[in-house]
Amino acid sequence: MVLILRNMTKSNLIYLGIAALLLFLPMIITGSTKFMITQIFVFAIFAMSYDLLLGYTGIISFGHAMFFGIGAYSTAIFMDHFDSSLIALFIAILVAVLFAALVSFIVGMLTLRLKTHFYAMLTLAFAGLFLVAAEKMRWLTRGNDGFTIKAPEILRDSTTIYIISLISLVLIFFGLRRLTNSPFGRVLVAIRENEHRTESLGYNVLHYKVLVTVISGVVASLAGVLYILSLRFVNTGVFGTDLTIDVLLMTIIGGVGTLVGPIIGAALIELAHDWISGLANVHWIFERWLILYGIVYILMVIFFPLGIVGTIREKFSGRKKSKNNAKQKAS
Amino acid sequence: MAFILETKDLTIRFGGHTAVDKVTVQIPEKKFTSIIGPNGAGKTTFFNLLSGQLSPTEGSIFYKGNEITKKSATERTRLGIGRSFQITNVFPNLTVLENVRLAIQSQANVRYQMLKHFLHYKRFEEKAHNILDQVLLDEKADTLASNLAHGEKRKLEIAMLLALETEVLLLDEPTAGMALEEVPAIMEVIRKIKAEEDRTIVLIEHKMDMIMDLSDEVLVLFHGELIAKGTPEEIVENETVQSAYLGGMYDEQLA
Repeated sequence: MVLILRNMTKSNLIYLGIAALLLFLPMIITGSTKFMITQIFVFAIFAMSYDLLLGYTGIISFGHAMFFGIGAYSTAIFMDHFDSSLIALFIAILVAVLFAALVSFIVGMLTLRLKTHFYAMLTLAFAGLFLVAAEKMRWLTRGNDGFTIKAPEILRDSTTIYIISLISLVLIFFGLRRLTNSPFGRVLVAIRENEHRTESLGYNVLHYKVLVTVISGVVASLAGVLYILSLRFVNTGVFGTDLTIDVLLMTIIGGVGTLVGPIIGAALIELAHDWISGLANVHWIFERWLILYGIVYILMVIFFPLGIVGTIREKFSGRKKSKNNAKQKAS
Repeated sequence: MAFILETKDLTIRFGGHTAVDKVTVQIPEKKFTSIIGPNGAGKTTFFNLLSGQLSPTEGSIFYKGNEITKKSATERTRLGIGRSFQITNVFPNLTVLENVRLAIQSQANVRYQMLKHFLHYKRFEEKAHNILDQVLLDEKADTLASNLAHGEKRKLEIAMLLALETEVLLLDEPTAGMALEEVPAIMEVIRKIKAEEDRTIVLIEHKMDMIMDLSDEVLVLFHGELIAKGTPEEIVENETVQSAYLGGMYDEQLA
């Protein structure tokens, strides 16, 4: 037991060390790299929120982009209609969080009683509704063309946004890590493993599912807020299904049921996006990056179903286990 | 005598098949009741109705005098009706310890705590080891449940039920599929709970010696119907039971 605690503080130190290194990175990198890394931070937060559903609770959602979009549009519309002051931003974030919480609560209550695949279909439909709404309510959203926003003065510097995103990522990472290691988090894992048994142990499974959907929705909306602050432009793409597919890939490639996995997955997918779109002149297939992702995805699911982090972790614990066995045999 | 669980005309039909047919029973509080009957007699289905896994087509169930027919499995567990499953039903990718700890956590009513680390609850850990010790499974505490042998999974089932500390324990063939040398240990655990005399135990079993030894009362199901009830001695001598179920089987076991 003491060993576990010591190991955990050790891993905490490693994570904090990496975060500290990243904090000083803006001094040596150029603007476009800085922007890309900021995007990675934002999508890492988004992917972690998705993994809370997929990896920890075993809920498959095809509509997670709607919470990201709610965060993005709430911020953009507030910044656009009011002055671009910090107070307006603060209210915007509050509205984003509350709206995301409300929507996730309603979606959860309406659909989580259903079996998994019906739930997945319905989330897709709900996200579709938001996409259509954003396209049609032109007076509010200016439809597909989108619009640029003015961020508060002090947030216009890309280094500031970089640091804010990094700090958000670190805080959300440690927050979610505590959540997943809490008694509540253990019940989520139990639901993933065997829903009926969890029920017959006296846990009200629906309550847990709705709660985790709300938490996940709120975190996703925060990612949306940060996305808009870094991009300072919004269009209906933030509600798009390909965004959900991206986040699904990030989670699966990085490793479901871990929190580091989605971060690594987000970094890989974002880097791949960047690299592949640079190769568009070389061959047309690089413009159709979804085809390439499809192939990568199929290979991952066949050969590394646990994702990068999951596979490494299994190898590591497997080694430890065999060592223990050897010890037992020796004694 | 006080009755803790009562059923009234409890019936469930699957299509044209009536699995449990108008069963009216009273389970006495803090006693040991066994349910016997040939395979397919509806014993496990009857348990599923009591614990809320299935809801009846007709009839009603009462717990301590209150109707619970419409209550979910979750609510019934919280009221105090715990069960073990005949077909092992555990959390395969969690360790044995974690399986039991989840049951303890529910019993301790720590449900929505999100801010504390689970290792903060040392007493859960200790209690889990304690219970695993009782069922002789503590040395496997760190093994994944999916890596257990069949008999060990049965023990884990019982450990999880014990951890819930419910007033009523529904045991569905706890020793089925267990290696013969493991059975006495489980019998001992059950006997110990019975000796404490503060729980109601309902047992489904095929092992007649075990039933004769432990039961205060025996219920006999046959084709979904309750055909007899009484003390073990009465049941053995009951002619309907003998012709329907025991027949030569009991003699064979004695021989």
